[in-house]
Amino acid sequence: MTSAPAALSVENLCVEFRTRSGIVRALDKVSFSVAKGETVALVGESGSGKSVTAYAVMGILDPAGRVTGGRAMLGGLDLLSANQSQLAKVRGRKMAMIFQSPRTALNPIRQVGRQIADVLIRHGDVTRKAAPAAAIEMLRAVGITDPVRRAKTYPFEMSGGMCQRVMIAIALAAKPSLLIADEPTTGLDVTTQAVIMDLISDLAEKLGMATIFITHDLALAGQRAARIVVMHAGHVVEAAPTRELCANARHPYTAELIAATPDSATSLDALASIPGSLPDLRRTDLPPCRYSERCPRKTERCAQPLPVGPPDAAHTIACWNPLPARAIGAPKVNAA
Amino acid sequence: MLANVLRRLVTVIPTLIGVVIVTFLLTRVLPGDPAVYFAGPTATPQSIAEVRKSLGLDKPLPEQFARYIGELAHGDLGNSLATGRPVLAELTSRLPASAELTLFGLVISMLIAIPLGILAAVKQGTWIDHTCRIVATAGVSLPVFFTGLLLVYVFYFRLGWSPPPLGRLDVFYDAPPTVTGFYLIDSLLAGNLELFRASLGQLILPGVTLALFSLAPIARMTRASMLTVMASDYIRTARASGLSSYTIVVTYAFRNAMLPVITTLGMVFSFLLGANVLVEKVFAWPGIGSFAVEALIASDYAPVQGFVLTMAVMYVALNLLIDILYGVVDPRVRLEA
Amino acid sequence: MTDIVANANTRPAGGAAALFRHARYVIGENPITGLSFGLFLLIVIAAMVGPWIVPYSPLASDTSAALKPPSIAHLFGTDQLGRDIFSRVVAATRLDFAIAILSVALVFLIGGLAGVAAGFFGGWTDRIVSRIADTIMAFPLFVLAMGIVAALGNTVQNIILATAIINFPLYARVARAEANIRREAGFVEAARLSGNSEWRILAFQILPNVFPILVVQMSLTMGYAILNAAGLSFIGLGVRPPTPEWGIMVAEGAANIISGEWWIAFFPGAALMIAVFCFNLLGDGLRDIVDPRRRT
Repeated sequence: MTSAPAALSVENLCVEFRTRSGIVRALDKVSFSVAKGETVALVGESGSGKSVTAYAVMGILDPAGRVTGGRAMLGGLDLLSANQSQLAKVRGRKMAMIFQSPRTALNPIRQVGRQIADVLIRHGDVTRKAAPAAAIEMLRAVGITDPVRRAKTYPFEMSGGMCQRVMIAIALAAKPSLLIADEPTTGLDVTTQAVIMDLISDLAEKLGMATIFITHDLALAGQRAARIVVMHAGHVVEAAPTRELCANARHPYTAELIAATPDSATSLDALASIPGSLPDLRRTDLPPCRYSERCPRKTERCAQPLPVGPPDAAHTIACWNPLPARAIGAPKVNAA
Repeated sequence: MLANVLRRLVTVIPTLIGVVIVTFLLTRVLPGDPAVYFAGPTATPQSIAEVRKSLGLDKPLPEQFARYIGELAHGDLGNSLATGRPVLAELTSRLPASAELTLFGLVISMLIAIPLGILAAVKQGTWIDHTCRIVATAGVSLPVFFTGLLLVYVFYFRLGWSPPPLGRLDVFYDAPPTVTGFYLIDSLLAGNLELFRASLGQLILPGVTLALFSLAPIARMTRASMLTVMASDYIRTARASGLSSYTIVVTYAFRNAMLPVITTLGMVFSFLLGANVLVEKVFAWPGIGSFAVEALIASDYAPVQGFVLTMAVMYVALNLLIDILYGVVDPRVRLEA
Repeated sequence: MTDIVANANTRPAGGAAALFRHARYVIGENPITGLSFGLFLLIVIAAMVGPWIVPYSPLASDTSAALKPPSIAHLFGTDQLGRDIFSRVVAATRLDFAIAILSVALVFLIGGLAGVAAGFFGGWTDRIVSRIADTIMAFPLFVLAMGIVAALGNTVQNIILATAIINFPLYARVARAEANIRREAGFVEAARLSGNSEWRILAFQILPNVFPILVVQMSLTMGYAILNAAGLSFIGLGVRPPTPEWGIMVAEGAANIISGEWWIAFFPGAALMIAVFCFNLLGDGLRDIVDPRRRT
């Protein structure tokens, strides 16, 4: 276990959404931590609550959403109980986020150079006069060619990959210590995906920045992250260092996820799909383990509240009946 | 950029042709004998025949149309029976009065409606939001001439704060030397502050009446547009970057939200130009609206047709300007060429 | 895609009974909608029986009682000719309401049919209808109405016609858009395959589906039609004295505002306001009943 202080420590985060058809209990006691400079992947199906977790931590939840419990400690500040002005000081400065669909995530009628400069000016790094030049440097740092000219272009004039680079530039302009990347490569073609991921990894290393990398693609997570946190229906079901998870997945859901993940060695026929579907999170009678209703290993014990392991454990499992260590037959995922 | 403007000018041409055709038809579908109408209520059979000849009303329709186009090209809109002067001269001399009133009303309206719409969107559910919605709903229902009369009753008769609603200036004053035709500007240019205050005093009630009328659609559109923009992805990015509320609302959200509002202005002008006529009647404002109304009552037809044509052409020009303005403000349109 | 399929099935299951139940639910849910329906009913009643139940004849003048402020005898006061304003305001309901209904019916027929044909057939029909609509929209609408009434003659019929014409583009556009969506819809294909001619499809399949959306617009147009007619009357077009009509009554009272006799113009103006407000709210309520997805 690392002895460095965590960059971000999320403890028992609970989030609810008020909707017309009822209250959606989106997150239930989500806990995980990210060490300084570490890359952690948050993995799960659509609807597992990965993005909601990120939005809650950043404080940009939809107005219908409410944090109903837990803490998110970022360098001594509890993000969940901070007010908007405290949060505004921290966002961009200490933690930043990049989103999917980069083209719609950028202001369509503002030159990209000015959007980067806005962040630089806001977080006091540069004067108004020096900002445009600093913005050009940021563009160069994210690998955009001809940055002087590009700084004066608009998002609609750029490709998806370039827009994502600009978003990275905006996020890293104030050199935050934590970057949350919400499916940053979804919608980009495969080559661009690899390039963008490389860029993020390089910059993270250069800045000593911790990264939380949200994805539904376990293979991608396996390639890029030092640790993987697996989520299902608003719970963290398993968390472990990448190699450990890939070789020794113990939660039934993780095992299914691995089985469903294609790699070059698996034929499409051999790909399994995970039976059942996510439970309706508006139900008031949700079982303590939200996977139990689709789980092949369900026992009577699974009706009890989930076990809480020691907080320092490297490999956490939220399950009463986990797979035995070194599950035989679970195909391995290629880990870098 | 210039190519954009030229392209838009070209698309305006079919519209103008349509306008000219319609106004021509309006002068020719007069029930009965158009010559009788143009000769006036006091005409003898002889003068009617003369009028018929001089206006070419005895010629076939296509020929009349060609003649009409020719006359328009020379700026000949006929003569007013009441004053004997050419209609175009009357209209141009009265246009600044209407323009000043309409612009004054529009500016006040935007100064209130836009901030109201922004605040209503940013602070949803609060009293500001409810006020905005009430204003928007009520504004559409209020007859503009009724509002004008109410304002006159309250502010002139009851409170005595406003001067009598008898036109642009009280009888004691002389108009400032004409530079723009706008009394507010001309009096300032002439350095005559008292005249400025007097002109402003006369402008306030009719201006506010017009402003109240156009408040509703502008506020409603601003609010709706701001709500859409504030929920967009790029505002989420801006918030995640920790930008200040001012930057987010004004520099990022507002500028994007204004684009649909600019397009709404076209529709607002349609209502405003119509409401102008009614407000001018209420406040005895010597603009082209009251000119047309007086002509109508006196069965003086040439001015009315000239008025309709002029208003339509102005409206087309205004829409063109709004289009161009939009193209300038939105880089996506500007750079599309 | 789902929108097309959903729209194609706007006729509620269970027909009229289900619609009525849904209507009752919507009216009950929002008190303001209920209020507007009630007010609408009141206006209709006033229009139908008003002239018979008013205390004084709307045309009866009594110069000895001229310019009296509101009192028990004269609820809304009297005007310059001693006529009872309350009676005149109630009596005017009939004329204003008739103008509104007739204008709206006319524009629905002309605009709705033209638009539906344009959207359904496309090609030249579409081009001609669109060109006409665009030309009308090139004018400031009230000004065009003035021009039309001036050209055709100063009568109430022409006010109705002018109002219909200036609203034509809006109805044509909405109808055209709706017809366009349904042109390729499943039930239309089915009708085609079973041998129906294009016109039959237009009349019996498309039009009934387009009607609910237009009904919402019609309620809003009624408010606008009344304002338009009142505006035209205010400047001396259309209705002539001594006919009671709200717009012309406001005009008659305008000169007296300066001398303080506010009631002559106030009550007809207030009636105007309330009627228009009612129709607008009605339109919103109808929209909630007919197509809740379009709620703003």
